[in-house]
Amino acid sequence: MLFKLIFPKILDDDLGGRILIGALLISILTIPALNVLVPESSALHVSSYTVTLLGKYLTFALLAIAVDLVWGYLGILSLGHGAFFALGGYAMGMYLMRQIGDRGVYGNPMLPDFMVFLNWDKLPWYWHGFDNFAFAAIMVMLVPGLLAFIFGWLAFRSRVTGVYLSIITQALTYALLLAFFLNDLGFGGNNGLTDFKDILGFDIQQNTTRSALFACSAIALAAGYIACKYIVKSRLGQVAMAIRDSETRVRSLGYRDEYVKLFLFTISAVLAGIAGALYVPQVGIINPGEFSPINSIVIVIWVAVGGRGTLYGAVIGAILVNYAKTFFTAFAPEVWLFALGGLFVFVTVFLPTGIVGFIKEKKLTRFFLLTKS
Amino acid sequence: MYRKQILFSVAASMLLAITSTSAFGESASFKSAAQNLSAKKYSEKQSALEKLVNSYPKKSTSILEAVLDSRLYYVRATKEIVFIEKSAEGYILFDIETEKTVATAPKSKIKKITLNNKLRRYVKNKLAELTLHHKNPKKRLQAAKALLKNITPERKTMLEDALNSENESNIQKVLKTGIAMAELDHPDIEKQIQAASFLSGTLQRNAQTLLVKKLDSLGDVETENQKTLKSTLENTLQKTNRNVFINQQVENALFGLSLGSVLFLAAVGLAITFGVMGVINLAHGEMIMLGAYTTYVVQLLMPNYIDLSIIVAIPAAFIVAGLFGIVIERTIIRYLYGRPLDTLLATFGLSLILQQLVRSVFSPLNRAVATPSWMSGSLSINPSLSVTYNRIYIIIFSVIVLVVLFLLLKKTVYGLHMRAVTQDRNMAKAMGIKSNWIDALTFGLGSGIAGMAGVALSQLTNVGPNMGQTYIVDSFMVVVFGGVGNLFGTFLGGLTLGVANKFLEPAFGAVLAKILILVFIILFIQKRPRGMFALKGRAAED
Repeated sequence: MLFKLIFPKILDDDLGGRILIGALLISILTIPALNVLVPESSALHVSSYTVTLLGKYLTFALLAIAVDLVWGYLGILSLGHGAFFALGGYAMGMYLMRQIGDRGVYGNPMLPDFMVFLNWDKLPWYWHGFDNFAFAAIMVMLVPGLLAFIFGWLAFRSRVTGVYLSIITQALTYALLLAFFLNDLGFGGNNGLTDFKDILGFDIQQNTTRSALFACSAIALAAGYIACKYIVKSRLGQVAMAIRDSETRVRSLGYRDEYVKLFLFTISAVLAGIAGALYVPQVGIINPGEFSPINSIVIVIWVAVGGRGTLYGAVIGAILVNYAKTFFTAFAPEVWLFALGGLFVFVTVFLPTGIVGFIKEKKLTRFFLLTKS
Repeated sequence: MYRKQILFSVAASMLLAITSTSAFGESASFKSAAQNLSAKKYSEKQSALEKLVNSYPKKSTSILEAVLDSRLYYVRATKEIVFIEKSAEGYILFDIETEKTVATAPKSKIKKITLNNKLRRYVKNKLAELTLHHKNPKKRLQAAKALLKNITPERKTMLEDALNSENESNIQKVLKTGIAMAELDHPDIEKQIQAASFLSGTLQRNAQTLLVKKLDSLGDVETENQKTLKSTLENTLQKTNRNVFINQQVENALFGLSLGSVLFLAAVGLAITFGVMGVINLAHGEMIMLGAYTTYVVQLLMPNYIDLSIIVAIPAAFIVAGLFGIVIERTIIRYLYGRPLDTLLATFGLSLILQQLVRSVFSPLNRAVATPSWMSGSLSINPSLSVTYNRIYIIIFSVIVLVVLFLLLKKTVYGLHMRAVTQDRNMAKAMGIKSNWIDALTFGLGSGIAGMAGVALSQLTNVGPNMGQTYIVDSFMVVVFGGVGNLFGTFLGGLTLGVANKFLEPAFGAVLAKILILVFIILFIQKRPRGMFALKGRAAED
């Protein structure tokens, strides 16, 4: 029964998905244990830094799945998914700010530090309710979802497609970037929200909390994966893929393509928001930089590297690229941009279907055979 | 070395001795009065200056000018005041009276006479007063304008004096404005009314404040005269405010046009490559950056010809960026035709590589690009309307680019082939057009124009590795707004967005204005999903 819940029927013909869920299950069971239970001196100990780093990768992977859902299955290249991620992050950040209470630098029990600094005398109306975790959790999904719904409703109804859509999604995130830099908006301006103390009463710096957040990220990723799999396997998913391949034909057949697009786009934004909400407590800060158009493009790159239209490819891409980034920025920072740029060019020119596509098409085996002879 | 110094000082003192003894007594005392300027304390300098100006008003003009231009020095050994001019061998010293060369000296032998802010203001004002009767009308006008900045009763008599001997009508007008400004405080109320009605519609900024002050000071009016004065003042102020407002709007519009021209220059290359090849070039911003760095390198290569450097940099930037573009097209883009979203990713990768390349070669810091003298300064049409020269040149430059591109596309064989490929690639190929070549050249052209935009931008903003990124989003907005692949659409799109931005800025602030524009574009695209001027026919459907 439990096995059926973890590996639902939908994954029966999806080996990649089963491996992913299995790997996530194993890491949930082992990594927190290795961090908390195994003493630091042991070689098997996993440091809190590593746990947080892995947790961060998993939130990125969830974000990549969200992008793959609309790009790989619907053909919409969104260059603004970073905005939904950041909005989810800000919603969580606002909850965490309220949890600081009077432990801020100014010790004001009513207002976050940056508002005291700006001489505000009361909390803006949109900050009310964020003391409550459940409310914040709803907002994490509602705010990005609502924005995506309105934006998508406008864009898909008037048949903005292809490059034009990509560019206005970029305009969206750019506009939000500029807006969140404003101090008067009430989200901490340039510095964003930071200096968090605890989440649901647990100290955010504690090893156990970090391990729990890691486990939450892994569960969210697994759940997100299975949810997306359900969507793309459903009839709706079939229509979505038909839209990706020939939109005009789908429309001619009598399908209301804009509703399909709107539904997937909104779901994708909600997933991105959840990813952002899990990301913020682990890295301990959210600032307007997350809205920058470049960030959104980089997310697309993760999906492209892993292989779009497979979902698990997006996970692989997100983790690989981010691992490479961690590695390069630590050991050869000046090489990182060369490597990342080169990777984009290489993948788009030589691996249009990404790593997963490359392996799937057995090119790998052929490649090895060729080099042998 | 030591001997040389002795020789120099002996020679210098001999020369000075000759000039001072041979001159008349008056000149000797003028010089000795000037000598007090070498004092260390600014208060002593001021009293020396005042004495000099009061006793020798005619002769001291050139001294005041020199001290403002930092050309006034004194010889350390003798305290003799001299004008200097820098030359390759050292400093050439000039006599302050005859303005003839006296000697040359190394820098260590002389010392500059410095001013503080208070003294500088004093010198400027005095200079204006003294040059009010200068024989050059331009100088007189300048002096009159400078005096209007601060009207005092004694200045009024000065202006009246000048008016008596003045016969240039435009200078007369400035002088009269100044007199009217002073007469606002005349004891006779009739005169006040006259002055107020004379000032009607003036564009002099501080006349406006004087009028407001006067109106405020009136308080309750009783007599008939006071009532007339009040209504005259109100009328005058209304007209003045309107005139100033109109002029400021014109200034805003010109500023907006120049911003729009920059946007057009940045975006037009993008519009061409996208229109012809369906390629979204995210490395376009980096082509702008390459153009700006080309300007920097050109200036490094010809440090003595900064005025010419921009003229050289424009073709150089076109070639550098254009070659980069052709290489990129031949090595990467040509494998990606028909996959516009993939080209977007590959070119983004390229943009990262180019940025890092520039960072590695030139350092991550911003580089200073000098502005040639003919582009610096501003054209002041009236006190409320002035435009900097670099903005005017950029507007002109963008119009030239538009015209040249238009001719290139409509009147040359290359343009004909390019339009054929844009409209129907397969048919064009069937007609024997080498579409590969057209693609490479077009990508090179688009990149080259971006390079020229970089030259223009180097005169307006910082030149750094990230400068391309700041313009890429804006460029896309312009292209999408104007309609892809449409030259005039891009031009109008750029100008509209530039002007709109400038007019929204005072009301909402720079950031909010930009956000509003972005939101407007997002909404605009809903209404016209293919921009203002969409391509028609086959090319429209893909």
